[in-house]
Amino acid sequence: MNMTQKQSLAPATLLEIFRKALLINLVDERMRSLLSSGRLAAVYYSPRGQEIVAAAMGVHLQPTDYLVTMYRGIHDQLAKGMPLRQLCAEYYGKATGTCKGKGGPMHITYPAAGIMVTTGVVGGGLPIANGLALASQLRNDKRVTVCTFGDGAANIGAFHESLNMAALWKLPVIFLCQNNGYGECTKYEYATSVPHIADRAAAYAMPGVSVDGNDPAAMWHAMREAVERARSGAGPTLLEANTFRFMGHYFGDPGAYIPKPEYAAALARDPMPACRAAVLASGAATEAQLQELAAQITADIDDGLKFAADSAPPDPREIDIDIYAGARA
Amino acid sequence: MSSTMEKPQTISFTEAYHRALDECMAADPGVILLGEDIADREGGGVFKVTKGLSTKYGEHRVRTTPISEEAIVGAAVGAALAGMRPVAEIMLMNFVTVAMDQMVNHAAKLRFMSGGQTSVPITIRTRTGAGGGTAGQHSDMLEAWFAHVAGMKVVIPSSPADAVGLLASCIFDDDPCLFIEDSMTRAQTGPVPPPGHRVPLGKASIVRAGKDVSVVSYGRPIRDALAIAERLAGEGISVEIVDLRTISPLDTDTILQSVARTRRAVIVHEAPRSFGVGAEVAARINEHLYGELAAPVLRVASRDVPVPFAKVLEQEFLYKPSAIEASIRQTLEAKPRR
Repeated sequence: MNMTQKQSLAPATLLEIFRKALLINLVDERMRSLLSSGRLAAVYYSPRGQEIVAAAMGVHLQPTDYLVTMYRGIHDQLAKGMPLRQLCAEYYGKATGTCKGKGGPMHITYPAAGIMVTTGVVGGGLPIANGLALASQLRNDKRVTVCTFGDGAANIGAFHESLNMAALWKLPVIFLCQNNGYGECTKYEYATSVPHIADRAAAYAMPGVSVDGNDPAAMWHAMREAVERARSGAGPTLLEANTFRFMGHYFGDPGAYIPKPEYAAALARDPMPACRAAVLASGAATEAQLQELAAQITADIDDGLKFAADSAPPDPREIDIDIYAGARA
Repeated sequence: MSSTMEKPQTISFTEAYHRALDECMAADPGVILLGEDIADREGGGVFKVTKGLSTKYGEHRVRTTPISEEAIVGAAVGAALAGMRPVAEIMLMNFVTVAMDQMVNHAAKLRFMSGGQTSVPITIRTRTGAGGGTAGQHSDMLEAWFAHVAGMKVVIPSSPADAVGLLASCIFDDDPCLFIEDSMTRAQTGPVPPPGHRVPLGKASIVRAGKDVSVVSYGRPIRDALAIAERLAGEGISVEIVDLRTISPLDTDTILQSVARTRRAVIVHEAPRSFGVGAEVAARINEHLYGELAAPVLRVASRDVPVPFAKVLEQEFLYKPSAIEASIRQTLEAKPRR
């Protein structure tokens, strides 16, 4: 991909990306507010700063396409079509949650929208993504599997085993590395031997692309190319989306390990205001329309949270169900 | 292989595994095999279990993989999530250690963690056992590790007929199954089961009825126990043998019913003694039958050391058939409590 040439987007596409990004952004903001005020008790890994990566991924995928994501995955799940009611109810550990309160925020699953696995283990999703893609290849069902993970996961053995197997078998899978600069609390340069994660694709004879994940156009075009490659049977892609993580590793992370100038520079490149400005400049929507969009999303979030609040916790007997197929363990 | 031979009267373990795979692949196009060297191009597997299957069903369904156990199991998990019934082969059981994340954190738990929205109907075939001089990293019996993880089923056959029926049941079961094959007895033979033979999972079998003492075991030691029981019958000692067949979920009812009748139990396994399946079985017997036992529950197992190489050391490590007999006699000589 020619990285020097600034790519463009149709205004309608830009708006579509912004719509998903705003949903992610507003849900994340609300979750953090609920956590701060003690109204939600959950482990939470904020995607703040990574909204565009997920949104530009999501607009390319069909509900039947598969997603394998990770504990910092709420942005991926929302971009893939996770309904707010079942999402919120799961965060609150309610019986109406998408996993009946058994998985929680780190294991959101919703096969109806292709959200097959959310793993709490760094790199644990990559081998599974291959299997989903293998099933698609054997059935020739033209589905694409996207596996998202962070830069930290690129240093675990499963990454290397999986990329080799995917390239060897030309699997219809996209390894979407969201490089946010930090693996837990360790800076990229202190943990990773190559300048870019995408450089590692060469080791597996796989196309490797590194893009500005905060740039909707760059991200959209790179994702389109990867999806077309996978869907046409031409094999996997390692797509590295460079971005930043504003809220640290976990909710409450003081983030003292991030140098202040680096944080300030990243904040100056915050993708959300930039994307909003680009939408307005493109003429795809007016200021009033964007305010209306935010109000609608806020109402949807309110509805999801009310649904969660009104729902009952799981029946204690639920603990014996879903261990094995059939009703009880 | 059995499929190409003329109606044999007996079938070996290796032929039994092959037959189950063949029957299941013929019955369901969703059954695929993943493993190292398993296609005919590579010789049909180091242990020849899959020999002929890639020629019959194609290399797209019988896939030789890189030496990447985590990727093998993970690919099986993913294909299973998409509705297939993959059979992953981990050549030797010690190599599960490099696939543990996929087996324990994913295969076993995804059904529960998703609230039942997804299931992982995979079978992981693996092989192990001491006695062949393969030492500390190619011989371990690790079944207790997986029995400790909810969501995984752990299965070990003791006869070729059971091997056919249990493996087929694993493949068509909707949960992840770990199917453990014994290295040392793979050429041993037994009666041929009928076509389509299935053995239910989670059901132990009374392989020999008796009234004086129950030997509770599984896998390789079952044959030792049968020979000892036959010999002791000549002395008027009546030994009942319970073959667990499925380690987890454990068929507690069959164990308790047997021991309630005999009031004596000797548990035998090839795995090391401490923290093994025997400890769990003994605990369940104690919890339910304490006042009815005529003797302490005894365990016969291998030693709590790494499997050594030298023949004399390896034999020192392994459980001893003579210890099974001695333990049976010990339970019979125990003084009644009242």
